[in-house]
Amino acid sequence: MGITVSLGAVLAIVFVALIGGSTPGLQYVFGVFLPYVAFAVFLVGFAYRVINWGRSPVPFRIPTTAGQEYSLPWIKQAKIDNPSTLWGVLIRMALEILVFRSLFRNTKAELRSGHIVFGPAKWLWLGALAFHWSFLIIAIRHVRLFVEPIPAVVQALDTVDGMLQIGAPALYITDLLLVASVTFLFVRRVVIPRMRYISLPADYFPLLLIFAIATTGILMRYFIRVDIVGVKTILVGLSTFHPTIPEGIGAIFFVHITLVAVLMAYFPFSKLMHMGGVFLSPTRNLINNSRMKRHVNPWNYPVKVHTYEAYENEFREQMKEAGIPVERE
Amino acid sequence: MAKESTPKEMQRIDYNPPTKGWMDTPVNIKPGMYCYPAKPEKIEDVGMPNPHKWSVTDEDWHLPADWKETFLEGMRDRLQKHRSFKIFMDICVRCGACADKCHFFLGTGDPKNMPVVRAELLRSVYRGEFTKAGRILGRLAGGRKLTPEVIKELWYYFFQCTECRRCSLFCPYGIDTAEITIIGRELLNLLGLNINWIQEPVSNCYRIGNHLGLQPRTYKENIEFLLDDIETYVGIRINPTFNRKGAEILFATPSGDVFADPGIYTLMGYLMLFEHIGLDYTWSTYCSETGNFGFFTSLEMAKRLNYKIYAEAKRLGVKWILGGECGHMWRVIHQYMDTFNGPADFLEEPVSPITGTKFENAKSTKMVHITEFTADLIRHGKLKLDKSRNDHLRVTFHDSCNPSRAMGLLEEPRYVIKSVCNHFYEMPENTIREQTFCCGSGAGLNASENMELRLRGGFPRANAVRHVHEKYGVNTLACVCAIDRAALPALMNYWVPGVTVAGVTELVANALIMEGEGPRTKNLRGEDIPGREEAGNV
Ligand code: SF4
Ligand code: SF4
Repeated sequence: MGITVSLGAVLAIVFVALIGGSTPGLQYVFGVFLPYVAFAVFLVGFAYRVINWGRSPVPFRIPTTAGQEYSLPWIKQAKIDNPSTLWGVLIRMALEILVFRSLFRNTKAELRSGHIVFGPAKWLWLGALAFHWSFLIIAIRHVRLFVEPIPAVVQALDTVDGMLQIGAPALYITDLLLVASVTFLFVRRVVIPRMRYISLPADYFPLLLIFAIATTGILMRYFIRVDIVGVKTILVGLSTFHPTIPEGIGAIFFVHITLVAVLMAYFPFSKLMHMGGVFLSPTRNLINNSRMKRHVNPWNYPVKVHTYEAYENEFREQMKEAGIPVERE
Repeated sequence: MAKESTPKEMQRIDYNPPTKGWMDTPVNIKPGMYCYPAKPEKIEDVGMPNPHKWSVTDEDWHLPADWKETFLEGMRDRLQKHRSFKIFMDICVRCGACADKCHFFLGTGDPKNMPVVRAELLRSVYRGEFTKAGRILGRLAGGRKLTPEVIKELWYYFFQCTECRRCSLFCPYGIDTAEITIIGRELLNLLGLNINWIQEPVSNCYRIGNHLGLQPRTYKENIEFLLDDIETYVGIRINPTFNRKGAEILFATPSGDVFADPGIYTLMGYLMLFEHIGLDYTWSTYCSETGNFGFFTSLEMAKRLNYKIYAEAKRLGVKWILGGECGHMWRVIHQYMDTFNGPADFLEEPVSPITGTKFENAKSTKMVHITEFTADLIRHGKLKLDKSRNDHLRVTFHDSCNPSRAMGLLEEPRYVIKSVCNHFYEMPENTIREQTFCCGSGAGLNASENMELRLRGGFPRANAVRHVHEKYGVNTLACVCAIDRAALPALMNYWVPGVTVAGVTELVANALIMEGEGPRTKNLRGEDIPGREEAGNV
């Protein structure tokens, strides 16, 4: 059900945008209005979610320790996987965010004639890494369409990414990687029974949406060419708040930009917020020094306890008989 | 029932879930997989909410009239109090990396035991009741409404999680299903839905001082019995003190080791070790429990029970606290105690009176782990050891979940074991250290009525022990946890007969050359030490 609904939703977006993009009167709505609204929703929504998380305190220091603690001086500590300093945490977080350290640990458990055996399982890690990094690079590459002059960094990235030089225009490595990895991530959800079992529409939808974004982007670049000067005019116009829509831009452009707008607007309401959440995850971003340094719970409150006095009052006689010292004879 | 199914039958597990979605599959409560409900009077003892009589197999669990608001209000409250909970409700991408990391999934094949689904059971309620999308779109947004059926499902699966955190190690966002279970259990406790195996120890611990309900006299007597045993097997008489003011150190440990085999041998080990080094310390009958089953009901109850440790240290005027071998106790001490009941500014930063070593890593909490303490003693050559007394043992080490993944105590016990045993073998790398597998009985699930669950949940651990048993002839499973000592023997009996369970300090004590000792022909269990029988006649 999840797949059908998600696919239907993406196709509907494509269809509506196609109509809008081919209707001159509506082009402004899809090329200007929608992107602005979506971008605003993205920014405000994202910030709201992160602030909202931040409003809930971290009452206890609960890092997941993935290696030896800081202990006696002659015992080698796992300074990154079980950090006792801020530096350790920063490196741990950097590894987590940049190279998906925890996912790299992944294993696969199998039952073979009554024994559980563990094998390495790096495909998900590789797929996720390819997906996120190519997405990021593609996003950065797109900056060249929004600004004039093009920043040198962006230009350099563009050149490196286009190194393969197959055909004209040059084929981007990240384009290939993104399509391949998003396909992989989708297919594994569909064919692995366990993955299908846990997947929700909210899991299929973003993958299909991103697949559609990538496809329309590629189509536009290599197959259904659009007026690139016109596109740049629109995008620079958007980024400088002087939006204009030149004549003769292909409808495919409007489909692409609409899909991106939907992704942006959808982002803050969805699991895609893991992008922000990973930074705040208390099992990863805390120093494991809770025996060295007191951590304060802001909502700590007094609780009812059973005092020694109450205890002794109940057991005084037998304590005395048993030769256990008491406070009051 | 468990007892009838053989290991062969039990290890026929299918890891492929059915095609029918989990939301469409109502909970199927099976005997052998759950513990009995908490007795109302045990809930009343500690003033927790909604004590009532109910039965797991009944259609009607007699939930309080306002059960729904209570649960949802409790959830709202915790979303505001715990960033962990809020974030973990929001950011799971269902990547499945955690799915086959849980010993309960690996042992049962029940797809709702995949950590991601366990969490989704509650997350779906969160989406359905708290988020706009979920309230409007329902199922389409992965949301569902809270119903009595859902409560049953949550109860069943939150009491099939040992809060071991293995899943959290592999999650790319560090989502800790243990944290969700902890909070989930708190919510169920608001409705009076606890299990008795947890609630009764909580009540005992609160009033009497320890889980087993050993009153002061009995507690002392039990230890005296063990002193007699030491006299018989070691040939020396030890006279420890109880509730003694002015001692330098308070020693606090779980009560399970005072009472039951094989934990008692570890306790004998403590007594001998402290005697050997002439430690100025005291036991306490008031603080005769450091394990904390309160942690398995609610954080508030955990704090209420944990209170005694500092209170007693203060009353007795000790300098610092030494803690015995225990798993979840160390999670509470390491990650919660100072926050709960600190600051412990009436204590001093712990320094070993024997070696002068400062325990830097415990300078605020002022509580040192026994294997940290012992490792330091050995390192400084302060223990006289005859390793060869343990030569008949082929030892492997089971890392308890909490010291591993909520503390990082990995090397200390290994160093100690290797210093007192000549034959040590590691289990496969994906099953030890931070990747260790739970005993299957943690977080208050070591009852007898749920034996099938325990044997299944313990299967991945047992499987790894079996591996080294077959390969290296391992016959001893060492551990630093009182629950392990209570739970692992049954697990070994079932899956790997021929492997005994021993505490690390028990192994130490067997190797200790005590001053004035007799011929050490027997170990602390009263068994002949192979190859030493002759010497006994000298
Ligand atoms: S590993 Fe983390 S993100 Fe992936 S399914 Fe499990 S809890 Fe969710
Ligand atoms: S904490 Fe342990 S028992 Fe609970 S879901 Fe995670 S792996 Fe399973």
